[in-house]
Amino acid sequence: MSIQQLYMEAQQLSSAKLRDDIVQQLYERSHRLCSEGIKYTKSKRDTRTEKLDAIFTSPIFGFPIMLTMLGVLFYLTIAGANIPSSMLAEFFGSMEKYLTAFFNFLNTPEWVHGVLVLGLYRGTTWVISVMLPPMAIFFPTFALLENYGYLPRVAFNMDRLFKRVGAHGKQSLTMAMGFGCNAAAVISTRIIESPRERMLAILTNNFVPCNGRWGTLIVLASLFMAANFTGGLKSLVTTGVIVGIVMFGIIVTFFVSWVLSKTALKGIPTHYTLELPPYRKPKIFDTVVRSSLTKSWSVLMRAVKVAAPAAILTWVFANIFIGDTSILMYAVEFLDPFGKLLGLDGYIMMAFILGLPANEIVLPILLMGYLSTGSLTEVDSLVDLKQIFLDHGWTWLTALNMMLFSLLHYPCGTTLLNIYKETKSKKWTFLAFLIPTVIAILVPLSITQTVRFFGWM
Amino acid sequence: MGNSYRIALAGNPNTGKSTLFNALTGLRQHTGNWAGKTVSLAQGNVQYKGKTFNLIDLPGTYSLFSNSSDEEVARNYIVFEKPDVTVVVLDATSLERNFNLALQVLEMTKNVIICINLIDVAEKQGININERILTNRLGVPVIKISARNKKGFPMLLDTIERIVTGAIECQPVQMTYPDDIEEQIKKIEPKVFELVGNQLSARWVSLRLLDGDERLLNEINQRFGQKEVAE
Repeated sequence: MSIQQLYMEAQQLSSAKLRDDIVQQLYERSHRLCSEGIKYTKSKRDTRTEKLDAIFTSPIFGFPIMLTMLGVLFYLTIAGANIPSSMLAEFFGSMEKYLTAFFNFLNTPEWVHGVLVLGLYRGTTWVISVMLPPMAIFFPTFALLENYGYLPRVAFNMDRLFKRVGAHGKQSLTMAMGFGCNAAAVISTRIIESPRERMLAILTNNFVPCNGRWGTLIVLASLFMAANFTGGLKSLVTTGVIVGIVMFGIIVTFFVSWVLSKTALKGIPTHYTLELPPYRKPKIFDTVVRSSLTKSWSVLMRAVKVAAPAAILTWVFANIFIGDTSILMYAVEFLDPFGKLLGLDGYIMMAFILGLPANEIVLPILLMGYLSTGSLTEVDSLVDLKQIFLDHGWTWLTALNMMLFSLLHYPCGTTLLNIYKETKSKKWTFLAFLIPTVIAILVPLSITQTVRFFGWM
Repeated sequence: MGNSYRIALAGNPNTGKSTLFNALTGLRQHTGNWAGKTVSLAQGNVQYKGKTFNLIDLPGTYSLFSNSSDEEVARNYIVFEKPDVTVVVLDATSLERNFNLALQVLEMTKNVIICINLIDVAEKQGININERILTNRLGVPVIKISARNKKGFPMLLDTIERIVTGAIECQPVQMTYPDDIEEQIKKIEPKVFELVGNQLSARWVSLRLLDGDERLLNEINQRFGQKEVAE
């Protein structure tokens, strides 16, 4: 007799209320165990969690508190990272002079200096100075919020919104995971029982910027969006822009979930119980050390590992000429008309294409592309950095478009791979690539065309 | 590898399972206070009395009925990968709910340790747990620990060691169900036994088949092949 036949036989024997009976039996047994083995000596219960929840999940204060928390988190990151970032950039910039002098002293051929210093050294040090300080602040702070137990409350607050667009409330938990890493978040959608709602969570996860994109967003926002402000106000404006970008990503998540649940993934959201764990004071020192050392370090190493070869490759492509045009320029010129249409340019498009393996390297590749085109600027500080962008015709519109494209575009290679592993479907993996890409093209396109039409730019 | 044993950690979300895992293995897996953050099976080693315990951190779940893929991953690991010991981590402050999962694990496998965590918090709240009575009722060792403060670890490791060496034998208590269900189980259990032998608990598989667990059906098919047994 095969297992299928047995299954059929079992189904004929079974009754509809069998599962209920089983669960009820489990509960009765648990109850009996507890009444035998446990004594309660204090009648007073700990009401701290209830009191805190009354505030954090309140219909009135819940959302404002959430937004404020998000704002404070970004403000700390942006304001705190400014100074260390420029210090690192200055340090690496001044080191470059010595390195160059050293290579001159050794009398190495020009291309060796080019590949190693102008390509490799600049690429990697740039990643470090721009990405390390924000990460070293963002990760520990986020981890503290998470370990204290605030994230499940966020899920609770967002639950109704997700229901309304036909998705599952637990999607907000997988979204929170996406702030760290979309690839990990795709796996974490396993907590969602219904395959339909799980698919929604997978397809929309990359609209939450992962840590590979924070660097890009923060740098561009602080260079271009708050250019007319100084000091604390500058950080405040930058924070506002970043919060706005994140909110926009969340709105797109809702919109796409809603459209999908009315079309390809039709259905009614299932009910579920969300446990709100008690607030527990995390081991603060442990959390800070762990998340800043291990997490920041591993993200940084990943960035450097991918950025280093990419840096060399970009430099080589920029310096191998076919006729009087380098390979890099052929690609850039080919992509340029399309990029211009979106308010971007060929370099940016190329950086996003080469950045498929990891979002961390998009900005470094872009910078290397710009630097490789002959005019060798010395990057001593973040001011010089802005100059490089300005030299290539950047405006606030370019920065905004690039931020939006970065927020909305296709997931990185690792995430796509995980989506395939989790869905085991080429069709859905392709859709997970296609849907964000189409949106990432449409949004900057319409913004750019509107701005140009009204002649604001 | 006669000296290496696989120890699975199961439990509800937010019971401090990952904290225990980190504290024992010294690994720095990130721990957060919410459901769904253990996304893959993290593994780490503990050395104890010349033996290597390979700890596997299963996803936190409320039940093992394989409602979600998370539950399926945890369930499949316990049933098909057969760890040498399964440690079920419970939250001392909400035992009544947590025992559900423990009882389900006891139906599936034999070598189980019930590990009651957050015992320090429970004591503050005036919850006194008599682990002897519970051990007696459940037929497997019940141990109280505090993973945050690393309390009770020697006892836990010692018990694991004594189970793998056979010094303690677990006699997990079996759930009994209402008579009609018991009768149904009796009808198909012998046939299930013919099919799965001693590889799986025939009683448990029978119960799952009665419950209409298609995911388990597929899993058994995949693992055992389309083996036809002569009637």
